[in-house]
Amino acid sequence: MKTNDVILQTATKVVFFIIFLFSVHIFFVGHYAPGGGFVGGLLTTGAIVLLLLAFDLKTIQQILPFNFTIVTAIGLVLALSTAGASIFFNVPFFTHAYDDFNLPLFGKTSLHTAMFFDSGVYLVVVGSAITIIQSIGGDD
Amino acid sequence: MNLFYSVCLVLVILSMLGLLYRVWKGPSVPDRLVALDAVGVMLISAIALLSILFDTPFFIDAILLIAIMSFIGTVSFSKFIERGEIIERGSDR
Repeated sequence: MKTNDVILQTATKVVFFIIFLFSVHIFFVGHYAPGGGFVGGLLTTGAIVLLLLAFDLKTIQQILPFNFTIVTAIGLVLALSTAGASIFFNVPFFTHAYDDFNLPLFGKTSLHTAMFFDSGVYLVVVGSAITIIQSIGGDD
Repeated sequence: MNLFYSVCLVLVILSMLGLLYRVWKGPSVPDRLVALDAVGVMLISAIALLSILFDTPFFIDAILLIAIMSFIGTVSFSKFIERGEIIERGSDR
């Protein structure tokens, strides 16, 4: 019997972008409010899990053609290089730096290198969680 | 005004207890699933009232997060009830 889940698929097509935007928001707001890389990564994982629930595994691997093990590795390299780049400036390991910049669209913005470390955490969380879910969901 | 929000919080917690009775007693699995989904909604209401009582806006993100996670959990569990597998493989279509 072929079941028809058009309501779930149509709702997913709308809700996915709301969850993804909320995860991006909670990732960027993490310096001043609750949130950060871990919760943002888990919410992005939740959005992709909702796609996996509404459609099937092969479709999601076609529309998101990432090897999520590589995503985890990129996140680890990003976090480690952010931590290790500080020893080239004669400061202790893991020292972060920040400065104010005049960006063309945002105006006066304070940029911090903890951002790169946080995006590394984000990529590690997304990559490892999606790897776990895909490998559990995809076995015979 | 503070008393009003406290009474609302007590009412929400009482209704959550009623839903937990349905989770404990429910004769079939979908009864328990619907009751757990409603427990999620009650949790959202309780956190909103606590956010008013504590006078902080930082709980608002947790409300949306609980709503999203409750939705995903309910969808996955109902898909398991209906078809027996949560994530389909998609090669046999």
